Amino acid sequence: MLDDKDRIFTNVYGFQPWNLEAARKRGDWDDTKALLARGPDQIIEDIKASGLRGRGGAGFPTGMKWSFMPKEPKPGRPSFLVINADESEPGSCKDREIIRHDPHKLIEGALVAGFAMRARAAYIYIRGEFIYEAKVLFAAVEEAYAAGLLGKNAAGSGYDFDVFVHRGAGAYICGEETAQIESLEGKKGQPRLKPPFPAGAGLYGCPTTVNNVESIAVAPTILRRGAAWFAGIGREGNKGTKLFQISGHVNKPCVVEEAMGISFRELIDRHAGGIRGGWDNLLAVIPGGSSVPLVPAAQIMDAPMDFDGLKALGSGLGTAAVIVMDKSTDIVRAISRLSYFYKHESCGQCTPCREGTGWMWRVMERLRTGEARVDEIDTLLDVTKQVEGHTICALGDAAAWPIQGLLRHFRPEVERRIRERGNDGAMMEAAE
Amino acid sequence: MSDAAHIPDEAETRARWGGFAWTPENAEQAEKIIARYPPGRQQSAVMPLLDLAQRQVGAETGTQGWLPVPVMEYIGAQLGMAYIRVYEVATFYTMYNLAPVGRYHVQVCGTTPCMLRGSDDVLEACYKKGLKKGATTADGLFTLTEVECLGACANAPMVQINDDNYEDLTFDSMTAVLDTLAAGGQPKIGPQIERQTSCPEGGPTTLKEMVAENHDYRGRWEATGNAPA
Repeated sequence: MLDDKDRIFTNVYGFQPWNLEAARKRGDWDDTKALLARGPDQIIEDIKASGLRGRGGAGFPTGMKWSFMPKEPKPGRPSFLVINADESEPGSCKDREIIRHDPHKLIEGALVAGFAMRARAAYIYIRGEFIYEAKVLFAAVEEAYAAGLLGKNAAGSGYDFDVFVHRGAGAYICGEETAQIESLEGKKGQPRLKPPFPAGAGLYGCPTTVNNVESIAVAPTILRRGAAWFAGIGREGNKGTKLFQISGHVNKPCVVEEAMGISFRELIDRHAGGIRGGWDNLLAVIPGGSSVPLVPAAQIMDAPMDFDGLKALGSGLGTAAVIVMDKSTDIVRAISRLSYFYKHESCGQCTPCREGTGWMWRVMERLRTGEARVDEIDTLLDVTKQVEGHTICALGDAAAWPIQGLLRHFRPEVERRIRERGNDGAMMEAAE
Repeated sequence: MSDAAHIPDEAETRARWGGFAWTPENAEQAEKIIARYPPGRQQSAVMPLLDLAQRQVGAETGTQGWLPVPVMEYIGAQLGMAYIRVYEVATFYTMYNLAPVGRYHVQVCGTTPCMLRGSDDVLEACYKKGLKKGATTADGLFTLTEVECLGACANAPMVQINDDNYEDLTFDSMTAVLDTLAAGGQPKIGPQIERQTSCPEGGPTTLKEMVAENHDYRGRWEATGNAPA
């Protein structure tokens, strides 16, 4: 188990105040000037060496992402850091804990990351429903300004840097980076076609990097303790610590910071009080938030919880939002409810997604009740393939994968329901 | 569509809201919001201003608030945006109410993590109290909406009522929350069971020192051998 001294988010449960004074006692904003004195290139090198991969789901190497930004911003065309706090992926609830209980880690990280990528300012895009969390964040930013940690000569570094908070208003799609930029510009949050990538033309047409809250908030600690410390935790290609969010059928759902690569069994037994009804009662797990395919019990029990470990199971770490389902679960309904989610959240821009998500949900409901015909399963699978990869952003993929995962692992259950309603293939042929 | 918002008649809306203007307090707040964005990029302020306006309408009507057309026009004029651009934003995001709602907007999360832990029971508690999805109760107290994941999955099932979350709900505790609100009281915000935020029930499995004091773990950092000398 990860030692407490190696946990970054020590106030994750909010037992102690979030304010600047308390945060400083926990080590935040401790001689930030010295961190910045290393210079932008060295900071990026350190983050690269730490092996940090983006915590928002895609797992792209963070240091490399920062290095894509222009080394010398042109006059009148400043660079921006956008921090994605739109946490809306079903199962995910980690950025919320960082923001409401450890906001200064995020704000200090914004300065460090912004400085490293030579940004003029950071916008923190926080989902609209995080009303209390946004209040804390606004207040924490104000504290940081009052203490001279932001603004002109931020933290005495000689660098001018601003941090602004922008509240969303309820749209999952704004977690997609270019939709988020559109939304920040005061428009509907519909993703942009790439290229150009945000590092070339992002917010207001200026170079922009969009990073997840957790990726930014861990940066100052990594710099303080050294890249080797972070890289010494976890497995090759899957370094560091991670906030896991455990929901569903465990005895004690919780958010907890653990080492990357911890086994599923250890994660659940140590922190979540075990599976409801014991390990024999486990049916399946969605290990990384709603967008990743589910994994059946037998395959996940002893699997390492990291990017590559879950990829090997045909799934993914995503945001490390672990949704546990025991044998009482109506697995078809559980996935169908996700299909409804994607139908609800499709922005409507691309036809395959706009039409496909609704269509897939309606067929999923037919599978749930068993009123479908057996051959509709293959038609559905075929449609998921037609949506997947044929849209501007990944929402189409995200809507397709849960269904593909269900049919990959639970097809017999889906067919059983249809047979029990008497709609098997023979009947269909007779009808023809 | 049965769940489409019932927007009041336009003449009626204009008569009631045609003279909408910021309160002095909100006018000042609106200026502060606009200043967060670069000059010439004031359109970025449309979302926070819509939120501010909805809250002002809410304060004036004793509800969560909504966005009558003249209010959206007012914001468009302030930001130099065509009305349709404001309307486009207001209709895209779910938190803007396009029609009046009750005093309490009961938003029950029904997405899978909440569903697995009993959001059906939470909805059932609402139905038992006479709430109906997409409708406001006759006394104007409650509007019920099933919403998508609100990002509190480790405390599922949950509901957001106006600005407050109620988490770790059961049929009984949801009933109690609604009863307390109906009686004019303020239920306890957050988890409805004995529990600190998203900490495991019964106490933390990690960082136990933090419960009693604002512990500084840096004293043990050197032991890793990796810290800078």
